[in-house]
Amino acid sequence: MVFEVPVEKWASAVNTVTLGATAAEGGTRASTVTVGGSTTLPFLHFEGEIPNRPVIAMEVLDMEPQSWPETLSAPFDGVLNDPAAWAKKCVEEYGAEMICLRLLSAHPDSLNTGPEEAAAAVKKVLGAVGVPLIIWGCGQADKDNEIMPRASEAAAGENCLLGSAEQDNYKTITAACLADGHKLITAAPIDINIQKQVNILVTEMGLDAGRIVMFQATGGLGYGMEYAYSIMERTRLAALGGDKMLSMPLLAVVGPEAWKAKEAKTLEADAPQWGAEKERGVLWEAMTATCFLHGGTDILVMWHPKAVEMVRTTIDGLMKK
Amino acid sequence: MYVIGERINGMFKDVRKAIQECNTEIVQNLAKAQLEAGANALDVNVGPAAADATEAMVWLVQTIRQVTQAPLAIDTTKPEVMEAGLAEAGAGSIINSTTGQEEKLTVFMPMAQKHKAAIIALTIDEKGIPRDAAGRTEIALRIVASAFENGIEDMQRLFIDPVILPVNVAQTVPQQVMDALREVRLLSDPPPKTVLGLSNVSQGTALRSLINRTYLVMAIAAGLDGAILDPMDEELMNAGITAELLLDKQVYCDDYLKAYLSSVKSG
Repeated sequence: MVFEVPVEKWASAVNTVTLGATAAEGGTRASTVTVGGSTTLPFLHFEGEIPNRPVIAMEVLDMEPQSWPETLSAPFDGVLNDPAAWAKKCVEEYGAEMICLRLLSAHPDSLNTGPEEAAAAVKKVLGAVGVPLIIWGCGQADKDNEIMPRASEAAAGENCLLGSAEQDNYKTITAACLADGHKLITAAPIDINIQKQVNILVTEMGLDAGRIVMFQATGGLGYGMEYAYSIMERTRLAALGGDKMLSMPLLAVVGPEAWKAKEAKTLEADAPQWGAEKERGVLWEAMTATCFLHGGTDILVMWHPKAVEMVRTTIDGLMKK
Repeated sequence: MYVIGERINGMFKDVRKAIQECNTEIVQNLAKAQLEAGANALDVNVGPAAADATEAMVWLVQTIRQVTQAPLAIDTTKPEVMEAGLAEAGAGSIINSTTGQEEKLTVFMPMAQKHKAAIIALTIDEKGIPRDAAGRTEIALRIVASAFENGIEDMQRLFIDPVILPVNVAQTVPQQVMDALREVRLLSDPPPKTVLGLSNVSQGTALRSLINRTYLVMAIAAGLDGAILDPMDEELMNAGITAELLLDKQVYCDDYLKAYLSSVKSG
């Protein structure tokens, strides 16, 4: 008996979003990145088109990270206090397709830096690398409303991805995005209903739905990964079914979540049964990222270069028809 | 919910007048307003008053085509008017309608295939409108078979209309139609789509809008995929969209009504 693979016929496609602007497009980026466009679930090449592969953005903080384990900081030895040098290393040595600049120092509980410092950090990183940028605030709403307009302005015309607009705080960042020609991350932690609502709110401000990437929070392997995964999967199904307010590409922040897990960072000396931490942490991040690829993630934000390399190889394999 | 806007019909006074006076503005405004209100397609019917039905149909389609490329449901029983309307409207149009009568099927099914059109088929045969659900389903089965024989294998292109009658003259029919809607889903895999000329249910009644929207919700719950209705009746549209939300056909958000309309308009 011949087995026939069941093929689902979908009504719609995920939006296609391009990030970064070259000189011809009014920016200074050497390369651009295009994600989305799928007409099927992840990697089902027999069922539909997957015109663009998922991409990996490596994350750079605008201040020296606190309490990173040795495994994680070793590959960035000497650059962790300089976001430009850090970004350059990610691109030139570790092949990052994008840089995600996290303006963490602005947080009131951190260094409480202001808009000037944020703009300066953005300019330094833009000058150091030619790949497209994700520029993400510190996560504290009031502070982000203070720094993000300046950070956005410092990168005007570069077609960056700004993060993030949320249900209770979306106006300032959306306005900045509109003014400076960027794309926008809309965020709703593990809640597809609120995610859809945020998308409506920002589009009502005049931002085209084709300029949005969605972030639904990320759980590390063993720490709620499956919640985020199933939300992403449901979102993708809605997109393919024709829901235009859930048709945007998806982003997952893997690095910070994976490395929060004790399984990733506990030293072998403290847990000999778990084996060498040098491999364990990298695998934890790579496994988390790989799971999200299957959930439909288009942009992975990652930390460890070895994990990045492993996931890139995985993507190569998954994209083979 | 696949909405076919019913307003461009010579039965309505404004449209009849527009046809008689060749007033493009009335027709084009109705086309735009219905699409703005969430219609996926527009019904086009010249009504009984047109002197030359073919000429009127061609004029209506051309007039609408100047403002939108949305799918048009060419609404006539006359093959020559249908042929002219389809030729003018282009691929992706809808034949509205054939019945299950052999003489109709042999004309309209090949016509649908020739024009790559979808087709609405009423469950009426040589004996008229069946008295019960089983009779409707039986005719629907013959219609599905005829579609396949004519090369229409994509069931997205076939709409079965189990024929609703005015509640003030046939009060048991609404339930029979709901039973038929459930049974039609079992005819093939995937099943044909279902559609109703919704406004017929309230014909001649005093509370038309209320009856329309109540029955729309009931029919959607019984599996109805689409309806020919007045999309500018906002409460009717909202009731239909909400019924589909409650059946988990759309992801909830506080502005789900806006989200629905935005998906229709951009999709």
